[in-house]
Amino acid sequence: MDEIEFSSTGSGWGPRSEVLAVGWGNSCETVRWLLPRGLLNSCPAGVASCPASSCPFPSPRSPRLTLLESVLLLGPRPTTGGMEFSELIRTGRAQAKLLRGPEAPPLRGTLCVTGHHLLLSPGPQGTSDLWLLLLRSVDSIEKRVSGDSGTITLRCKDLRVLQLDIEGVEATLDIARSIEGLRLGDAWHFHPPERYYKRVARETNAWRLSEVNEDFSLCLSYPRAVIVPRAVDDDALARCARFRQGGRFPVLSYHHAPSGTVLLRSSQPLTGPQKRRCAEDEELLRAVLAGARPGAPGFILDTRSAQAAKQARVTGGGTEAKAAYPGWKRLHRPLERGRPLQESFVRLVEACGDLEQSMDGWLSQLEACHWLAHVKEALSTACLAARGVEREEACVLVHGAEGTDSTLLVTSLAQLILDPLSRTMTGFQELVEREWIQAGHPFQLRCAHSAFSHACPKHEAPTFLLFLDCVWQLGRQFPLSLEFGEGLLLALFEHAYASPFGTFLCSSEKERCLCEVRTRTHSLWSGLNQPKVRRKLRNPLYVPNPLAIWPSVEPQSLRLWQGLFLRWIRPPEPSQVAWEKVWQRLASKEKTEGCEPTSKPQL
Amino acid sequence: MEHIRTTKVEQVKLLDRFSTSNKSLTGTLYLTATHLLFIDSHQKETWILHHHIALVEKLALTTSGCPLVIQCKNFRIVHFIVPRERDCHDIYNSLLQLSKQAKYEDLYAFSYNPKQNDSERLQGWELIDLAEEYKRMGVPNSNWQLSDANREYKICETYPKELYVPRIASKPIIVGSSKFRSKGRFPVLSYYHQNKEAAICRCSQPLSGFSARCLEDEHLLQAISKANPVNRYMYVMDTRPKHRMQSWWATQKDIGRIIVRISSKIWNDEKIRESDEKKRLNAMANRAAGKGYENEDNYSNIRFQFVGIENIHVMRSSLQKLLEVNGTKGLSVSDFYSGLESSGWLRHIKAVMDAAIFLAKAIMVENASVLVHCSDGWDRTSQVCSLGSLLLDSYYRTIKGFMVLIEKDWISFGHKFSERCGHLDGDPKEVSPVFTQFLECVWHLTEQFPQAFEFNEAFLLQIHEHIHSCQFGNFLGNCQKEREELKLKEKTYSLWPFLLDDQKKYLNPLYSYKSPKFAVLEPNTVSFNFKFWRNMYHQFDRTLHPRQSVFNVIMNMDEQNQQLEKDIKDLESKIKQCKNKQTDGILTKELLHSVHPESPTLKTSLCFKEQTLLPVNHALRTIEGSNPADNRYSEYAEEFSKSEPGVVSLEYGVARMTC
Repeated sequence: MDEIEFSSTGSGWGPRSEVLAVGWGNSCETVRWLLPRGLLNSCPAGVASCPASSCPFPSPRSPRLTLLESVLLLGPRPTTGGMEFSELIRTGRAQAKLLRGPEAPPLRGTLCVTGHHLLLSPGPQGTSDLWLLLLRSVDSIEKRVSGDSGTITLRCKDLRVLQLDIEGVEATLDIARSIEGLRLGDAWHFHPPERYYKRVARETNAWRLSEVNEDFSLCLSYPRAVIVPRAVDDDALARCARFRQGGRFPVLSYHHAPSGTVLLRSSQPLTGPQKRRCAEDEELLRAVLAGARPGAPGFILDTRSAQAAKQARVTGGGTEAKAAYPGWKRLHRPLERGRPLQESFVRLVEACGDLEQSMDGWLSQLEACHWLAHVKEALSTACLAARGVEREEACVLVHGAEGTDSTLLVTSLAQLILDPLSRTMTGFQELVEREWIQAGHPFQLRCAHSAFSHACPKHEAPTFLLFLDCVWQLGRQFPLSLEFGEGLLLALFEHAYASPFGTFLCSSEKERCLCEVRTRTHSLWSGLNQPKVRRKLRNPLYVPNPLAIWPSVEPQSLRLWQGLFLRWIRPPEPSQVAWEKVWQRLASKEKTEGCEPTSKPQL
Repeated sequence: MEHIRTTKVEQVKLLDRFSTSNKSLTGTLYLTATHLLFIDSHQKETWILHHHIALVEKLALTTSGCPLVIQCKNFRIVHFIVPRERDCHDIYNSLLQLSKQAKYEDLYAFSYNPKQNDSERLQGWELIDLAEEYKRMGVPNSNWQLSDANREYKICETYPKELYVPRIASKPIIVGSSKFRSKGRFPVLSYYHQNKEAAICRCSQPLSGFSARCLEDEHLLQAISKANPVNRYMYVMDTRPKHRMQSWWATQKDIGRIIVRISSKIWNDEKIRESDEKKRLNAMANRAAGKGYENEDNYSNIRFQFVGIENIHVMRSSLQKLLEVNGTKGLSVSDFYSGLESSGWLRHIKAVMDAAIFLAKAIMVENASVLVHCSDGWDRTSQVCSLGSLLLDSYYRTIKGFMVLIEKDWISFGHKFSERCGHLDGDPKEVSPVFTQFLECVWHLTEQFPQAFEFNEAFLLQIHEHIHSCQFGNFLGNCQKEREELKLKEKTYSLWPFLLDDQKKYLNPLYSYKSPKFAVLEPNTVSFNFKFWRNMYHQFDRTLHPRQSVFNVIMNMDEQNQQLEKDIKDLESKIKQCKNKQTDGILTKELLHSVHPESPTLKTSLCFKEQTLLPVNHALRTIEGSNPADNRYSEYAEEFSKSEPGVVSLEYGVARMTC
């Protein structure tokens, strides 16, 4: 993409797009991704005017890059998107002042609303800063009118709070309504999938790749292909699926080569009040143990309390009966999910937003929100599962009720602890794809709203955010063992809630197939793996560590993830500058090392 | 030693402090004249200096033996189980005796011998020269001069001999003022800001409550404000919280009345009659409630400022509470944060920091001189003055400068180290973590400004270790006079040269001394910037620490870089040499030979490389605590075997893990 030059002028490309950019600059702070080559090629020529004289580009950032980002953001609308967004735009422009938090200076200029973005252009005589916001990232809108002008407060899903002071009451109301209408629309841009299962299937002979779910008839939330014990045929799997909630029969999540044992996940068995049994399900778990090292024990890790698991029987669920599954032992580690987790998130963000509060107030709010308690529970449960696989050399089956939330949290974290490959940049992306996206975590429901939404939460829960937080804690305790830095985690958080990429769209593989996400959108991974972006997201200090990383889960060892929760509140930290210095050192080291015959290739 | 009856006990168990399953290490316990030493079966040694012991407890006898719990001042807590009660009792009694010495002469510093001769020892003591430091600040100058008023510690016993005062303040004024101030600690210069021509001065509280006013004191304050040519008004910062003084006055009214009578007699103030006295008393109560100790009406051009830092007793019990919470086994996140809140520790840290920021701002923004005082002017005043100077002057953020700062504002101005750290068996109510708080404030600054300090966390921890260790003479005694009487410079060694020798360990690899951004630090004291200092209060609980250190890696990297650059230079000069030789007509064969990869310089650089890479790998191999058995969630894992012990056998194979 670096080779592309922009020289054309114009004010639009095609009938449906609206380009309103006036002054181009370097401050597109909301733009954190770069888009792939493919999209660019499909992008019609004629983008925006950029007379060299009014465009000084004072920053070291490449002007081309900035232009490129803008082009892509304003990019082509899919022709089959359904609704016509321009109908929702009541006012295209208004004069406005933007306040971006306690530290950033306010911006003044012309506010423009487009199909996907909010733009603030300071005009040709301005300081050449164009400011952009993806409308889908707006979580809640508040409008206030007083006298001749109005104020719109936008609270974003990435926890930013922005305030727009707009001249004119009508304009304020129109813009607020436009944003309100547009933020609910869907974005489509995108990419083809990877083959994640190949590696897992290569490692062991006792397992096979089954395409029994080819047409999603067995399980709506599983992908087409799953890994199951070789000894179990597809018919048995079908019966097994009927015995598990949502058809989520036990499948392989991770094969731990050193011990030859496995981590499995499923949903709860539908034992119901009559304590039903299913011969095929029992056979499947027996086959799992038989496929591992002889005499390996099995553990079923239920992410609900014993009480809750028992109560689930009333509604048709339940848990595996001891007698029916010889060799398997049940453990209960209750993990919070759903509404309490969302409330915890909301309370934490509220507490972080209050800058005036006293020391005591802050500490008591930090305690009352329980977020760090959830982090501790998630990490210690994952450690327990990992320990089962590694130390006890046992097979571990993890499930809660649906098996799409806390189950995935535990299995993915356990893999990160055990598997050195999943701690690499590519490995981690694969882990997220395999254990969250393909495994059917309902992103569309869970991440519909973030912490600021006034809407009563129904299906929202920050389970994925909790996962990212736990990964961050791991990274803090083992700063050399993860190949990626905080930047990747922040990017994933942002994109899970609002993204121009298709990766986090929909709630399951089936939905993604129906929506043709893969053919009509671009993949976040290809965006993140652009060499320049990838370099930024990398941990400069990474040294491959072949061992398992066992974190400390004491409250004294866990910290609030300030980089996320205080990202927009805290002034630009000197520690960021320090981190950049580390980068410089590394660059100079690579330079000096470049001429050394023994230098180790990084990455 | 007469106190030691048992020197060696075998089969002693050392319990893991945080383990709920009483996991332990077995080993041998040795008692020496200075240390308690435990060597476990892996030959790992745990040394505990007797002076570090804050509390020894012998708990009730159990089936496995007699538990002995030792709490140290450096926050180490060890829990031994001694098989025989008699041994335990002997050790307990010995430690009780050895940890609390009655005389200074029995402290470790007087017997510690690092194999230095007398001139080296003296050089060590002369490493830090405060006169030099005042010269660096720019005094004496036209406004400030060195006063010899306290040459023989006549005016104030707890001040140093050399004191800097405004040039226009005459000796009678100084003497008069010192009589008006508690313990004779009259206002003197602590830090002079050369560019702003403003000063930080320190003193103790005035005795104004009873004697109304003192003209000499008023003159001295006038002189201080006049010594600042830029700004005529000055601040007087009372570091005590207002509410404390209010309640103090409420309870002390009656006593106050009596004292007023006595004092009025002493001061021979005949004008005060009974009715006047009542009026005065009310005014006094009001003054204490609202305006502070100095009567504002009597001091012109002075602005009074209260900052609420609590007294030593509040601080002591706050730390006590904090340690109780953190020592809890199986601590939940909620209990941790509610304990952190109720201990109030971080609130106190924030108060100290806020006070220092106020001080720095008064000088930087308003160009005003500031006089800081608390009650006696050796605890809170030291905290605020030193921290304020640290914010203002980047010199104090270097390793040497930080030593100078401690030497100036803490040691020389009479922070009572021996009493506050409990070096001798004394009044436990005098013990208080005032200096620890100062170090913690500095740590918070290093967290907020990772590039502004030449030293790292280990330096702060090492200093904290030694204020209690009594291994060096620096922190012994309560004031300079006492130190001279003890002849510390002849009998003990100074800590600073030893720290400087080890400098490499304490360097912050991110330090950028040139950056103008860090000339004056403006920390943000929003509540969420204050964090629990795990590496201080859990410095010996390795399982709670991050398992890999970014700092070490960067240090290694830097070292490697330097070495490589040196190699490049060497090689380049070699090439140059060879070229010269070539022009001199010497055979080209030799040239080939000297740049051959097996040339000695290149060889060393390769060897070097392997060596420096090793520590990284080594660190990985021994990621401490990265072992499920060391972490507390491993106890959950006991659920694996709970109800069916026959079926599942548990094996803690450390060897497999660490290979």
